[in-house]
Amino acid sequence: MIASTPAATRVNDFAIKLANVNGTGSASANGLLMQAIFRMGIPVSGKNLFPSNIQGLPTWYEIRVNKDGYTARALDYDLMVAMNSQTYDRDINEVREGGFVLYDSTWPLDPHLHRADVTFLGVPLAKMCNENFRESRERILMKNIAYAGALIAALDVDMEVVEQLLEEKFAAKKALRASNQKALRLGYEYAKENFDPLPFRLEKMDENGDKILIDGNTATALGCVYAGATVAAWYPITPSTSVMDAFTDFCKQYRKDPQTGRMNALILQAEDELAAIGMVIGASWNGARAFTSTSGPGISLMNELLGLAYYAEIPAVIMDIQRVGPSTGMPTRTQQGDFFECAYASHGDTKHICLYPANPAECFEFAAKSFDLAERFQTPVFMLSDLDIGMNDWVVPKLTWDDSYRPDRGRVLDAADLDRISKFLRYTDEDENFIAARTLPGVSEKGSFFTRGSGHNKFGGYTETPAEYQEVVDRLLKKHKAAAKFVPAPILERRKRAQFGVVTSGGCDGAVREALDVLESRGVQADFMRIRGFPFDPAVEEFLNAHEFSFIVEQNRDAQLRSLITLETGVAKEKLRSVLVYGGFPLSAQRVIDSITHQLETSEAPAAVHG
Amino acid sequence: MHRNELGLTVRDYEGAMSTLCAGCGHDSITAAIVRACFELSLAPHMIAKMSGIGCSSKTPTYFVSGAHGFNSAHGRMAAIATGANAANRELTYIGISGDGDSLSIGIGHMCHAIRRNVKMLYVIENNGVYGLTKGQFSASADIGSKSKRGEPNHLGPIDPIMLGLSLGATFVARSFSGDKEQLVPILKAALAHRGFALVDVISPCVTFNDHNGSTKSYLYTRNNMLKATETDFVPPASEILATIGQNGAVSVAMHDGSVVRFKGVPPDYDPTDRRKVYEYLSEHQGDGEVVTGLLYVDESVADVHELNGTPDVALAKIPYEKLCPGSKTLDELQAEYR
Repeated sequence: MIASTPAATRVNDFAIKLANVNGTGSASANGLLMQAIFRMGIPVSGKNLFPSNIQGLPTWYEIRVNKDGYTARALDYDLMVAMNSQTYDRDINEVREGGFVLYDSTWPLDPHLHRADVTFLGVPLAKMCNENFRESRERILMKNIAYAGALIAALDVDMEVVEQLLEEKFAAKKALRASNQKALRLGYEYAKENFDPLPFRLEKMDENGDKILIDGNTATALGCVYAGATVAAWYPITPSTSVMDAFTDFCKQYRKDPQTGRMNALILQAEDELAAIGMVIGASWNGARAFTSTSGPGISLMNELLGLAYYAEIPAVIMDIQRVGPSTGMPTRTQQGDFFECAYASHGDTKHICLYPANPAECFEFAAKSFDLAERFQTPVFMLSDLDIGMNDWVVPKLTWDDSYRPDRGRVLDAADLDRISKFLRYTDEDENFIAARTLPGVSEKGSFFTRGSGHNKFGGYTETPAEYQEVVDRLLKKHKAAAKFVPAPILERRKRAQFGVVTSGGCDGAVREALDVLESRGVQADFMRIRGFPFDPAVEEFLNAHEFSFIVEQNRDAQLRSLITLETGVAKEKLRSVLVYGGFPLSAQRVIDSITHQLETSEAPAAVHG
Repeated sequence: MHRNELGLTVRDYEGAMSTLCAGCGHDSITAAIVRACFELSLAPHMIAKMSGIGCSSKTPTYFVSGAHGFNSAHGRMAAIATGANAANRELTYIGISGDGDSLSIGIGHMCHAIRRNVKMLYVIENNGVYGLTKGQFSASADIGSKSKRGEPNHLGPIDPIMLGLSLGATFVARSFSGDKEQLVPILKAALAHRGFALVDVISPCVTFNDHNGSTKSYLYTRNNMLKATETDFVPPASEILATIGQNGAVSVAMHDGSVVRFKGVPPDYDPTDRRKVYEYLSEHQGDGEVVTGLLYVDESVADVHELNGTPDVALAKIPYEKLCPGSKTLDELQAEYR
């Protein structure tokens, strides 16, 4: 919950922000802190707000600690670790009233930066590191570890946990471990000697025993490994690149045949996204489970062939790690801007199955499910993750796998099946979900078939005849609608005396739930629904119709999810209001509370909110 | 009727009736492909016919009807074929493309399929013109070549042969749709090649580019064709090995055990020496000659699978049990994420 003004010492309930310069090694220090807090069993989140740049630009990391499990991004910072003199101004400004600023006191702070309502904690980091380390690169790197040391002292991070982490991290690099320990001690001891206890601190809990700390892209890659994907094709693009990096690493570990040393996977770095999706389609046409990972700009390029896969009915799995558009947009910032792009990708009448995971655990689960849906429905399936889910470490329940799982390959006729029928006709003999059986090349001459993106009749033959053409595309629409029963059902949470509904999807989950709890504490009750798939499960329409009105919370300017709902359900447009936050940072509960409160008070659409 | 090793006749390698213009060079190429597949005794269902969009890309319908075919999207065939090959290396891939498909809209994919050395026969049915859209110049049209309406082309041509050589292509050939004697052995050698076999076939468009002033007409090609090499394709069979090296002919052992025997190679021409081939082509093509033959071959380069250490069996056939690490491993690997 949003922290109220501190009275006594707050335990396990605060937010800190670390302002750094990118490329200086701050990420490992910040990650160390976050991981240590996680190991202390305390609910925690870390959000990396980084620039599209390699070295020299401002970058921030936010850590929120909350004993009640509210770990969406917080906007009230109790402590700012101001390590970037270029951004001192705005960083110091952002600290809450009564908060703290930790800075490098090697150089005096410009008097104009002073704030009377904030306590400044100076640590002579550069001076300490210059005196204790010889190499200039090491001096820069160790400054980060030294401030981590000071924070460990100030926040009461368990030193044993930190020591253990350093032990694991530098098991193979003794020299590095020694300098890290030394730097950590420098900051730690300085803080112990010079600072009074802060009004907020950490205390061990036992909330994370069965949890892991993982980013969504790693979990997505793991889902692809477990689903049995053997062909992956991709073109490097932020923020999806780490999906394929992780998939590559997992394959090296788990896909090498122990007898032959051969790799049971082929990962192709394509020349562009057009090729990447082409390779996925080619591989899926041949019966392999194949996928690509990309982001919005990549899907723009893939549009042409996505229509081919849709029309020719070829499976394809696309992991879309959304970033801020349009165009190049802000590659290292997060958004949910691809609802439309994915749902209706390509020219002509096309509709695609989409899955919307909310966190890395769902990335793992939905990644595997994407392949089942793609093969069963013989069509492209998108999983829409985003930069926040994909690249930040999240605390989620330990991933589990059911060993009795077997891939749903859909209707694929083998040689024996073909023997039993008189003639194979590709788009006939549909099942209850309007799916016709396919055949794979190399199985039997009897199954040979000419796949085409040009007009075809239900027998697979070329056609330009209206009735024959329509018969096929009409079945495709019915097939798409049938998928509604197969995508993950929405998550529903009802409250007594709820006055309206609040609907969201994906990574907004945590912030929206938190907002609803806060609103409830203020006497405003709302039911909650998180949509997890498209085409929409019938429960989506039922929920919306059951409420006088609902707010749709999403991270894009054009209310794409709301529009998708109005287009694809019978829900009256007037019943749907919007909460839109699309500046590029992960959603915070405060934005949702502010917007809903404002709209309830004024019954007007709000002015755009930033953040 | 003559039967091959599988007991099939040449008719078994035919496809649907062509709907191209009467006299189209592409139909002769189709016939040569039928002949090559028949003579190599390829099992029809083990062939995958890949194409993009254009007149050329229609032709896979006209050969080997027992094979699976994929008429994809304009320019994307090389990418789709790469993925198909990644999933199932056991099939024989025949990619049919045209000069628009390969040298304009899909040039990037072709270049990268060459770089990856994807094992496939890649035929460019090259007529210098866009047929289906009625006669625009393509990227292979020569400077000064005239359109049907008499307008000269001003832009320099992209030569797939020179491009392929510069990209490290491991099999480069050019032929003429009007010369089946030359084309069939080239196609057979290409199908036996270890990696990507680029076969550029000048294939005149009788409707839009067979007039006086065109450098892709039947007449121009016949008058200016220079056979740099003549080849015999010798399938893997021991008794043939005796002929290798006879009469000073150059022979190249193909990866699958077959042999390509070069006869009538010009002095100083070495089809295994990329630099010399490049020089020869630069010199003769500069003089307006259309150099044909199996021009360059290198069997020493690993294909995309060999390079990536994938199994000999198709990836698509690996049983799921071998692919999923299981719940115990999942449990253990998550120690990393604590």
